[in-house]
Amino acid sequence: MIEFKLPSLGADMDQGKLLQWHVQPGDSVKRGQVIAVVDTSKAAVDVECWDDGTVHQLIVLPGETVPVGTVLATLLAPGEAAPAATGGPAVLATTGPEPAKPAAATPVAAAAVAAPTRPPVSPSARKRAQELGVAVEALQGTGAQGAITLADVEAAASRSAATAPLDRAQAMRRAIAAAMSRSKREIPHYYLSETIPMARALAWLQQRNEDLPITERILPAVLQLKAVALALRRVPQLNGYYRNEAFEAVDAVHTGVAIALRGGGLVAPALHDVGTKPLVQLMRELADLVQRARAGSLRSSEMSDPTLTVTNLGDQGVETVFGVIYPPQVAIVGFGSVAVRPWVEGGELRAVPLLTASLAADHRVTDGHQGALFLAELRELLQAPEKLEAA
Amino acid sequence: MTMDRAQLKLTALAVLRGIAPEVEPGDIEPATPLRQQVDLDSMDWLNFLIGLHQRLGVNIPEADYARLVTLDNVLDYLQARLP
Repeated sequence: MIEFKLPSLGADMDQGKLLQWHVQPGDSVKRGQVIAVVDTSKAAVDVECWDDGTVHQLIVLPGETVPVGTVLATLLAPGEAAPAATGGPAVLATTGPEPAKPAAATPVAAAAVAAPTRPPVSPSARKRAQELGVAVEALQGTGAQGAITLADVEAAASRSAATAPLDRAQAMRRAIAAAMSRSKREIPHYYLSETIPMARALAWLQQRNEDLPITERILPAVLQLKAVALALRRVPQLNGYYRNEAFEAVDAVHTGVAIALRGGGLVAPALHDVGTKPLVQLMRELADLVQRARAGSLRSSEMSDPTLTVTNLGDQGVETVFGVIYPPQVAIVGFGSVAVRPWVEGGELRAVPLLTASLAADHRVTDGHQGALFLAELRELLQAPEKLEAA
Repeated sequence: MTMDRAQLKLTALAVLRGIAPEVEPGDIEPATPLRQQVDLDSMDWLNFLIGLHQRLGVNIPEADYARLVTLDNVLDYLQARLP
C-alpha cells in the first residue's frame, strides 16, 4: 500500500486545505500525474502523485485542512491486491492533530455509518459534485425527502469558492513573514554585488529577436536566468538545500523565480533544469510559469523543489536587490534594472547599459570568496551571450 | 478588416484586461504612459503585444517597442498597420 501524503509546498507551508480530487478509487494513476488540488496560504496547487498505482481510498475529503505529511489517500502498487476492508478509524488516526471541521472530521467513518440512511442524490448532482470536488454526502439536501440536488451542489461549490480568497492576502502575508523570519533567524546571510556591463548581451539579444515573430522573442530576464544556472556549475555550493545541519548539493538547477502576484504577495516556483535547456524553451516555460502562478495553478513539484531563487526587480527601476534567502535554499540572486550609466572601459569613459547583480548567500555553506567567484562567472557569461543559447 | 478606432480601443483594452484583470477600462488615460497606470512588468508587456498581434494580425517588430508608450501610441500604430 502506498501512502499519498500532503507534501510540503514550500518552507512557509505547514498545512493545506484539500480543494478537489481529480481521481476516485479504482482509477489508475501515473507518476507525475496531477491527482489533487490543495490550497496553501499562497495559492491553489496541483499536487502530483509520486508513484504509479491504483487509487485505493481517498482519506481526506475536499474542504478539510490537514497538516503537511498527512496521508491524503492510499494507492495500491501495480500488481498489489486490495486488502480486506480495514477499519476506517485506524487510517484516520494518521490525519494528525489538526482539528478538522466537524462536517468533514471523519469522512470515511461518516460515509460508512451514514450509508443506510444516506439521503438520495440525483445522478446529475453526483456527477457535478465530482466535477466540482464537492463532498456530496456532507451536504444538506433541499430536494424531496432531503434529496441532494444539482442546485445544492453548485451552491456548496460557490460557497467554498467565495470564502477561499477572502483572507488570502492576509494569509499570504503571514506565510511570507514566517518563512522570512525563519530565514533571518537561522541563516547567517552575507551579501555581495557586482556591476555587469550589458551592451554585448543586449546587442546580441536584439539581433536575435529582430527577425523572429513576436511569439519567439526572448526577454533579457531569460538570459539572466540561464547565466545564473551556468555560473552555478563553477560554484555548486550555492545550489541546493541546508537541512539537518548539513548542506545537500543538487546537480540540476531548478531556479525559483520570484513572481509578484496581482493584488500583492509573491510566489517563487521552480523553473526546472535551467542549465540544460535552450533559451527559447526557457522563455516559453517562464511565460507559462508566470501565467500559471498568477492564475493560481502551480504544480506541487514547482513549489517544493527550487534549489536557488532569482528575484528580478528591474522592471520597477530599482538598481539593486538585497535578497532574503528562502529556506532551505542557501542563496538568492537579485537583479536590478538595466540602465545606461557612466562606465570606464579601456581607460575611456562611456555611456553603457549596466546591470547590478547581487548575491545573498548562507555563511554556513559558503564564504564571500565563493560568492565572488560566482558573480565574476556570471559577469563573464553575460559578456559571451552566444554561449548561453544552447544547452 | 475594417475596424474603427473605437473598436480598436475596445480590443486593445480587452487584451489588457486579460493580463491585468484589475484594470477599469474607463480609468485608462489615453495619453499617459500605460506602464505608469497599470502595473505591467516586461513579461506582461510582451504578452500584451502578443495578444494584440494574435487578435489583429499586426506584426510588431521589437525595434518598434519604444514607440508604444501610451494607449494612443498603440492605437495609432495598430491603425496604420491593420491588414
